Amino acid sequence: MDVIMEALPALGDAWGLILQPVVIGYLVLGVVMGLCIGVFPGLGGIAGLSLLLPFMFGMDPILGLALMVGMVAVVPTSDTFASVLMGIPGSSASQATVLDGFPMAKKGKAARALSAAFASSLFGGLVGASFLTVFILIARPIVLEFRTPELLMITIFGLSMVGILAGRVAIKGIVAAGLGMLIGTIGEGASSGDLRMSSYDLPYLTDGLKLVIVGLGIFAIPEIVSLLRQDRAISSEPQLGGGWLEGVRDWFANIWLSVRCSIIGVVVGVIPGLGGSVVDWIAYGHAVQTTKDKSNFGKGEVRGVIGPESSNNAKEGGGLVPTLLFGIPGSGSMAIFIGAIALLGSGQIEVGPAMLKNNLDITYSIVWLLALANVVGTIICIAASGGIAKLTTIRFALLAPFLFMIISFAAFQSGQNLMDLVALFAIGFLGLMMRRFDWSRPAFLIGFVLSTPAENYANQALQIAQSRFRKSFEDGLDYIFSPIVIVLLIITVISVVMGLRQAKNIMAEGDVQSGSKRAPFVMLLVVTGYIAYAFYDAASIPSFSRDRTFPMFVAGVCLVGCAILIITMMLKPETDTIFADREKSGEEADATHGLWPTLAWFAGLLILTSLFGFILALTVFLFSFMKLRARVSTAYAAIYTAVGLTFMCGMAWLLNRDFPPGLLQEYADLPWPLT
Amino acid sequence: MSLITTTRRVAVGLVAAAAATFSLQAHAGGHGIDLSGKTVEWIIPFSETGGSAKWANFYAPLLSEALPGEPTVVVKFMPGAGSTKGANFFQEQEYDDGTLIFGSSGSTQFPFLLSDPRVKYNYADWNVVLASGTGGVAYLPPDLAAKMDGLSATPLQGEDFIYGNQGATRLDLVPTLAWEMLGLNVESVMGIKGRGDGRLMFERGEANIDYQTSSSYLSGVTPLVEAGTAVPMMTWGALDDAGNIVRDPTFPDIPTFKEVCEATDGCETSGEKWDAWKAFFIAGFPAQKMVFLPAGATADAIATYTAAFEAVKARADFAEISGKRLGKYPQMTGEAAQTALESGTNVTPEAKDFVVNWLQEKYGVSLN
Repeated sequence: MDVIMEALPALGDAWGLILQPVVIGYLVLGVVMGLCIGVFPGLGGIAGLSLLLPFMFGMDPILGLALMVGMVAVVPTSDTFASVLMGIPGSSASQATVLDGFPMAKKGKAARALSAAFASSLFGGLVGASFLTVFILIARPIVLEFRTPELLMITIFGLSMVGILAGRVAIKGIVAAGLGMLIGTIGEGASSGDLRMSSYDLPYLTDGLKLVIVGLGIFAIPEIVSLLRQDRAISSEPQLGGGWLEGVRDWFANIWLSVRCSIIGVVVGVIPGLGGSVVDWIAYGHAVQTTKDKSNFGKGEVRGVIGPESSNNAKEGGGLVPTLLFGIPGSGSMAIFIGAIALLGSGQIEVGPAMLKNNLDITYSIVWLLALANVVGTIICIAASGGIAKLTTIRFALLAPFLFMIISFAAFQSGQNLMDLVALFAIGFLGLMMRRFDWSRPAFLIGFVLSTPAENYANQALQIAQSRFRKSFEDGLDYIFSPIVIVLLIITVISVVMGLRQAKNIMAEGDVQSGSKRAPFVMLLVVTGYIAYAFYDAASIPSFSRDRTFPMFVAGVCLVGCAILIITMMLKPETDTIFADREKSGEEADATHGLWPTLAWFAGLLILTSLFGFILALTVFLFSFMKLRARVSTAYAAIYTAVGLTFMCGMAWLLNRDFPPGLLQEYADLPWPLT
Repeated sequence: MSLITTTRRVAVGLVAAAAATFSLQAHAGGHGIDLSGKTVEWIIPFSETGGSAKWANFYAPLLSEALPGEPTVVVKFMPGAGSTKGANFFQEQEYDDGTLIFGSSGSTQFPFLLSDPRVKYNYADWNVVLASGTGGVAYLPPDLAAKMDGLSATPLQGEDFIYGNQGATRLDLVPTLAWEMLGLNVESVMGIKGRGDGRLMFERGEANIDYQTSSSYLSGVTPLVEAGTAVPMMTWGALDDAGNIVRDPTFPDIPTFKEVCEATDGCETSGEKWDAWKAFFIAGFPAQKMVFLPAGATADAIATYTAAFEAVKARADFAEISGKRLGKYPQMTGEAAQTALESGTNVTPEAKDFVVNWLQEKYGVSLN
């Protein structure tokens, strides 16, 4: 009771702080900036907050918070545009939205998908804030109950979503997830710094691959290439059906799903260490499991949009708990947020254990600023969705070079290395092949995202458990099998059993026909070859190091899966689903342009960049692509190129970023932006 | 937090800034460099999210006000290979017009001191203009702290400790070596992403010994101490002018490791082990973060930056604004910074060999 008596006045104070015109003004400014940045895939809250940082020093705390919270809050809202319209996951928060949102756009229902997503986002944000208002008071002891074994168990639960998204051949999905995990282990191990699948001669890989690059590569590049080959607009219908009202109605019809997914979002967001990387997949899994007719998932089921979108905004609210109460950032943007809070005013707000005691009013202000930012952001987004959805009716050849420019720039920001582009291209190629042969890309991505937490938590839990067991057997058992772990274990088992039973119906990649035996078999052999080499590579790490165990275990399991697949392939006829190949029939087979010539355009951009730097390469690429591939007039191509370059330079200038340099820049000292 | 106070604060800030700039221009006279209309790039070899980012973001606007011509100061992050990538990049840069500076940290110094094969940079080539120190505090859960016999940690020698470790060759080697010298049996759990995660592990009761740098201790652990769930054990101390370890000015009531070591059986404050610990302590804490101009910088440029940082330190409100964000530690310029650089980037071959062998034996980490 005491707690509530303290909380109510603080809540009142918080509203007093928020409801000043100037505070609302700053909030709207932050929201607009956040929307502008979030719309571009791969540039999330980190880029936006870095932009604001120089202004934070000594700023009035509530104004600075309004600006920053406004910006952070709407990134998971605006990144939905890229996910739904282009099939590009705008940030890690909207990966699952792609699965059903993009097929809806292809059917000409982009506006409906968008407004359903935005309505869910708004609702999720509000549910999250209401839940937090009460929960934040009692959160500390509950969060502290989540020790390493519990975190490991949540990670495993997240991985169990692979069961639902595995595709028609379950083992193929599991191998895909394993491959994602192995790609996630590339680089220096966390335990003793031993190298996996990399060497100090090629320093790029020792830091591992970044999520931005893998996410864009695995989803965006294959979609762009595929659409480009068919030389048409994204939407197959020339007339866009379904206005924004229909989307809001869809959301309202599924309001309970939205409530449940919002709660999932807050709760998972609250747990420090996992951040939001799994939340949208768990919500998607939940949406699938609670839907009676599962046949539409992966083909444009609106529930597949509502679920993840309800959870990802709620998650931002949940993520405030570890950030504010423990001073431990749940994500990269939250880390900058903590740093920026220290700069505000005279530095009187200190996030951490004392936050509730000393700054409960500020804490509540942040929670409700977040909710308010969601409202403002959503209204702007819904208003804009009808117009922006028209992008899906434009001939895709006119959009593609622009998209390539943006994702290359975004990828380059993660490591500021030309190798970022090479990695993007390589992962993109893998994504293309996985798409072609019906290997589950969502499963791959879940594996990649959860690889590091799975490895770290497994190693740590094991080490701490060993120490407890040395003390006494009971101590050890208590540590590993806490009530939370047991509950999570039961949920996971149920989810896996149900998931595998349902997986056959859910085609996250759409329906794919089977064709000849040779190409799918070659793909399988290449994957098997990589996994076998990864196993050998991990096994060559000295045996006292913990860094070898996890990759060896994962590779071992995958090799068994690969062996089963190889045997099945030898026994089954070529019409079996295991031989799925998109090039054999359907859209891909009838495409105007071949796979290799289309890919060659992007390889060309990469090679030119490595020679002359990004901006010069981009100039050549944009102009010649427009002229030769899109076959527009010279004047049109020239204007397009100029606009593209201006936009790119403007954005880089604003964010204070450089472009990838090439060989030319080694020898000649050129002025920005050519450097 | 009303608008009126904001306006007042802005006004005071402007006056202070104007005064600082004015006095500086008088000071720099004709032989400084003028940076008007230019953009100073401050390279931080870490991501936007770490402690170095916090430090640079604190200084950047102040530096901008204090430099002649008030150039824009932008912080540029270049993470990779635990800061080795950014430092190697800076090594290749030549002095041009004084618009490029670099911020290094303890994590940049340790691989340098340990001759990590990836290090291609040399501190001796660079020109230091600021050195910021910090300290560190080790703490225990109350039940274990109660077992300490005054300053002596001897009764703790039979306990099993668990510590969340960021990496054997990181700053964490200072606490782990100290605990080993005290005869404590500390098992390192690896794969922690920042010291904040280590503190969380302590709060969850999984780790039962931990340390934090001063500013994190103040914000993160002091509330735990007040709530009775953590008890400070010792600080690493601070250096006096003669290079002796004395009590940390931020925590005058907490004994130093040196005091605890003297009172504990089997711990020596002399000899090879102690010298190695002290050398790495100095590299990691009192001279933790430094700002450099690249090789070949002119004396004018060095003088200009030194004067600018001095002007920042001379601000009337500096103690107040830096205390909360950086802790009460010396921000050294000129001679003092040079001394800090030398003590922070030089260890005797014996100390280095000792630590290299110790890392090999204890963690199986090979540095060659």
